[in-house]
Amino acid sequence: MNMQSTPESSESVLIVENLSVSFDGFKAVDDLSFDIKKDELRVIIGPNGAGKTTVLDLICGRTASSSGSIKFRGKELTRMKEHQIVRAGVGRKFQTPSVFENLTVFENLEISFPRGRNVLGSLLFRRDAEVKDRVREVAETIFLEGVLDKSAAELSHGQKQWLEIGMLLIQEPELLMLDEPVAGMSVSERTKTAELLNKIITGRSVIVIEHDMKFVKDIAHKVTVLHQGKVLSEGDMETVQNDPKVVEVYLGHN
Amino acid sequence: MSNIFPKNMLFHFVVLAALLLIVLPMSLDVFRLNLVSKYLTYAFVALGLVMCWGAGGILSLGQGVFFGAGGYCMAMFLKLEAAAADIGCTRAMQEVGECIVQSTPGIPDFMDWASMTQLPFFWLPFNSTFLTVVMIMTVPAAFAFVIGIALFKRRVGGVYFAIITQALASVLSILIIGNAGYIGGFNGITDLRTMNGWDIRTDNAKVIFYFVTVVLLLASLLVSQFVLKGKLGRVLVAVREQEDRVRFSGYDVANFKVFAFCFGAFLAGIGGAMFTLNVGFIHPTFVGIVPSIEFVIFCAVGGRFSLFGAIYGALLVSWAKTVFSEAYPEYWLFAMGALFITVVLVMPEGLAGLYKRYCARWENKILFRRGNAYSTVKSVE
Repeated sequence: MNMQSTPESSESVLIVENLSVSFDGFKAVDDLSFDIKKDELRVIIGPNGAGKTTVLDLICGRTASSSGSIKFRGKELTRMKEHQIVRAGVGRKFQTPSVFENLTVFENLEISFPRGRNVLGSLLFRRDAEVKDRVREVAETIFLEGVLDKSAAELSHGQKQWLEIGMLLIQEPELLMLDEPVAGMSVSERTKTAELLNKIITGRSVIVIEHDMKFVKDIAHKVTVLHQGKVLSEGDMETVQNDPKVVEVYLGHN
Repeated sequence: MSNIFPKNMLFHFVVLAALLLIVLPMSLDVFRLNLVSKYLTYAFVALGLVMCWGAGGILSLGQGVFFGAGGYCMAMFLKLEAAAADIGCTRAMQEVGECIVQSTPGIPDFMDWASMTQLPFFWLPFNSTFLTVVMIMTVPAAFAFVIGIALFKRRVGGVYFAIITQALASVLSILIIGNAGYIGGFNGITDLRTMNGWDIRTDNAKVIFYFVTVVLLLASLLVSQFVLKGKLGRVLVAVREQEDRVRFSGYDVANFKVFAFCFGAFLAGIGGAMFTLNVGFIHPTFVGIVPSIEFVIFCAVGGRFSLFGAIYGALLVSWAKTVFSEAYPEYWLFAMGALFITVVLVMPEGLAGLYKRYCARWENKILFRRGNAYSTVKSVE
């Protein structure tokens, strides 16, 4: 696939408007608005408790919003259920690797393959050539083609993270949301993950939450800094890093 | 097909079929064989538990509801036939013990005792053999469907689900006991005699019911294996492990849980119906909390990840119960409690787990002429 960077690339895939959620009076996300363009890779950073993960939870339907709207390709996500949001084209990776350890790598990917996702469909599901080819193709992308028959429990931490990314890729989501994809990875795994992300962002929009600044610099197109549930600063890495408000939040008063 | 029915599964199947169809019928008298029939009806429930508890991680402590529903459906059918046979009973016939004179002839005797004069509407389908079969196959699953939708759609799971199902088992048995006129009350439904004119109390009938039970059980085993080894079974395992990941792979998780629960209820219902046929009565104590927990113990002892384990578990524990309670009736409950604790603490995968650890190697040598064909993956087999 080639980058389709012409006219539609300026079109917003995801529009978040005045989004708020509070837990027992604590405003985790406070009147938040931002949008993600087609093919954009956006990194969200911010101190602990800034509401980064909550924003992803809101988009993918895991948490219900108190007010505001989330529009994905014109569809209002705040009224949809999790599996409907996934089927609409939003993929979500969790902070801790969540793969099915009692299934093989192949079976993990197969479950994520977007066919036979209702009861009857999965009863009648057959592992045909299309499934096998697609699973192998994705396994190659995520560096796991050699361990397809191993159980996911036997994978290293980094491999589990890749497997989960692979499980998202096989769904071919238009919007991919990754929560700390390199947390707990070794240096070589990080490099490979950056390479992986650069490979998979083609033709889709990606939101990444990350703490590792070096990694952020390597991949980000645009950075959003969240603080206390609000956007503190937005722009390219350089702009954000030199923003005095950001410096203050991260380093405290001098 | 070899994915769904691998060589070692077929081997286990042949061994079980040989045991149930040849070895036991040839070595046991009719009384003991009839006891085995009863144990095997419990095995249906244990099979269903492998599906919902072993694969899907849904622990139901209320399988007695579905076992009882199937059992009562069958008993109501047989009871109507017994009641119809009593029409036209005269004092003279009663004196020689052929029948009982009722003030309203044609309705079951317990209704007559409760001064009812008319058959309640929910008994009407049981006038027909065909509708009875339909009811046995749908009523338990329909109960499970309602419970499943109500709980799983609200994301009630784990220990809360277990407690609620246990409460339901208790509620249903209380409901039955409290409605003596409608459903037989504490006495259950007894004095079942014929099925479409054929006497079910003879030794001959008992042997035939044994074989019918075995054939149905083996068929249920194959259907369960088919479901578990397909993608649906893997989705259930995935739900047990990482429910959210399944949800965020585009699945409506609740529907899969409802399916597993209904499937378990369906099997339990068939087991209950066969229980009534084999034993000749149904009783509210087979609906409540105690049998529901016993079913879970059968499954746990046999191995909740193994369909074969569940069947052997039901057979062995029930047999132990008979032997033990013949000798020390008052201590059986303690023995069973100790057994359950031991299994949970020492062998969480039950007898099937022990077999897999100690015997699978030589089995593989014989079947495959090589070692360790078993995968290390602990899904369900």
